[in-house]
Amino acid sequence: MTVSFDEIPEKSGFCAIDCIHSTPILHHRALILEPLLALRFNGVDSPQGIKRKAPHNVGFIGPNGIRRIDRSGAQQGGVASRKEVAQQSSRRLHSIDQPQHHIMVVADMTGGRLSAQDKDILGLAHQLAAKKAATAVMLVVFGEHKETTFAESGVDRLLHIEGDAFEGFSPDLRLAWLAAIEREMQPDYWIFPDSGLGGGDLGRRLAVELEVHAATGLWQVNLNEEGFSCTCRASAATQDLTRALPRVILALAECAEPISDTLHEAQEVKLMREPLDQLPRIQDLGAVAVDPASVSLAEAEFILSGGNGIRDWDAFHETARILGATEGASRVAVDDGFMPRDRQVGATGTWVTARVYMAVGISGAIQHLQGIQSCDKVICINTDAGCDMVKRADLALIGDSTEILAAVRRKVSELKQEKRHVA
Amino acid sequence: MSLNQPIRVAVLLSVGQHPVTARPRRADQDARALELALQLGNVEITPLHVGLMNEQNEAALRSYLGMGIRQIRLIEPKAISLQESPDILFSLEQGVRDSGANIVLCGSRAETGESSGLVPYLLAKKLGWPIVSGLVSIEKIEQGSATLLQALPRGQRRKLKVSLPAVLTVDPAAATARQSAFGPAQRGSIKTHSPSTSPNLSDADLQKSSASDSVLWQFQPAKKRPKRLKIIKATSARDRFKAAAAKADASGGKVLQGVSADDAANEIIKLLLEEGVLNLDSRL
Repeated sequence: MTVSFDEIPEKSGFCAIDCIHSTPILHHRALILEPLLALRFNGVDSPQGIKRKAPHNVGFIGPNGIRRIDRSGAQQGGVASRKEVAQQSSRRLHSIDQPQHHIMVVADMTGGRLSAQDKDILGLAHQLAAKKAATAVMLVVFGEHKETTFAESGVDRLLHIEGDAFEGFSPDLRLAWLAAIEREMQPDYWIFPDSGLGGGDLGRRLAVELEVHAATGLWQVNLNEEGFSCTCRASAATQDLTRALPRVILALAECAEPISDTLHEAQEVKLMREPLDQLPRIQDLGAVAVDPASVSLAEAEFILSGGNGIRDWDAFHETARILGATEGASRVAVDDGFMPRDRQVGATGTWVTARVYMAVGISGAIQHLQGIQSCDKVICINTDAGCDMVKRADLALIGDSTEILAAVRRKVSELKQEKRHVA
Repeated sequence: MSLNQPIRVAVLLSVGQHPVTARPRRADQDARALELALQLGNVEITPLHVGLMNEQNEAALRSYLGMGIRQIRLIEPKAISLQESPDILFSLEQGVRDSGANIVLCGSRAETGESSGLVPYLLAKKLGWPIVSGLVSIEKIEQGSATLLQALPRGQRRKLKVSLPAVLTVDPAAATARQSAFGPAQRGSIKTHSPSTSPNLSDADLQKSSASDSVLWQFQPAKKRPKRLKIIKATSARDRFKAAAAKADASGGKVLQGVSADDAANEIIKLLLEEGVLNLDSRL
């Protein structure tokens, strides 16, 4: 095959390939085909003025002479990137110039980012906002945050209240701010995530302050024309309570679909009149060090999990102690007697929710992978690069776990020493 | 609070409901609150219950007595029909004020009725006291303030200092209540108090309670919540097929092969620090 590529005008990468393999006869044939090639993939106006495509001339001929059609766009170079750009901007822009009404959403912002529940209640807020013209959804954020996707999550207006006091537990101060917002904006609804200490606490405080009988544990809203009603969990989640929708709402996770197809302004606003400082009656004395071994596996934040690939279990326990991680194990490690049964991770053991899950010497049986479904970041140390755990992991290290763990122990101890010397 | 005044703790007790048999029982969280109070030692405990006295309630209340208290003070309100009616709150406030308590301990929500968890907040507002929720233990009570341990998600704890008097609600993570013993439960007494002053409710309060829409509320056995489906927004048939059929693919993670142990360790530590799970301040 000696067709020179120079003579085929570069229309697209695989036009050239296609042409070489399917017409390996004549050198100049390529030149004759060239205008046709150009038309083939873009479609061509027929004499009747209808756009036509040649359906048989798609794909390319693979290395073994078989025609291949790849619709992923991976083979088409430049075309794929154009497609991606088109997809990104496909979100409809939702903008409100002069909002007449407001719906306030007070997010938990766990770890400085919108949690899944926060995104759900933003979706709920937009369901309510859609019922009234010129209604903007405003998000109230206390303290520092790391979130960059406010616009994608459905935030029309953003009220960011800064201050060092918001780092800790400061319900009185937060309530004072919310009361100030209430006075100034008179929002139609206040929506909180009904979660333990964040929105659950603050929302109840505000409801009592505003003398509203809040809907707690809300999981469904029915927005009929006759009137809005909602369904809440009652009697310690054994009953459903259907009632009219009040102004203050404390909603459970998955109460509504999060925003997925619109882009919002996330425009920052400021409050005209800030609340006065007051003497706090509750003082935050800071976090208390908790022994990670005493934390139950299901709610541990950081788990170091060991499996069949671990040779030195003493070193494993030492690593967990130095890293401050809760220990977990795969079924094999438990069956072999290296770890107790209550430390088993997976569908047959404990379903974990850790933010960081570090799997050492675990190849990733399907039951184990199910058990770590809701983990954010997975680190994996394994000798086999082809195992399922490596596919699941966000960071996979292929090598001997004993050596790598030893290096981790050494480096973390060094870092701690440095820190202590500086302090 | 003067120096020699003892610490008085009012524990609000409610009648709970067994999740399976639906029989009245001691409410789990209230029992934990009582346990917390009992473990304090050296305090005067006033167990309080607002509600009607009947056979079923008595059995439930007696199981609190079986935890080692001699008496429960029971206040019978006039109207019990409305949830969280001003009357119940009034009785609670009166009961707390009569007991002279500096600390009110209770569970975070009831096991029957609306169980909205609003009562402690309403009571705190009525009393004008601060409220702290999600309590695990009381570490220390000093003159005019208490040091508390609050439960955070993921098994973490936070230390707080609150000025007394205060309303405190316990977290489900607090220590489990001790068993109820039969003998003390039968020997203990439930003493009915009528409110020291009759509920002097203003007309506006009554109006609000009767006008409140809670009469229109409908209770049903809890429905199972629909499971959220994964929404696939694919433009081509290939994408849809892939989303439906594909096994967990490589999630775009970083795979490092053939690196030295030191480099690998550095990568791990970098990620742990980014996620903020590695605490370099702790000893060793």
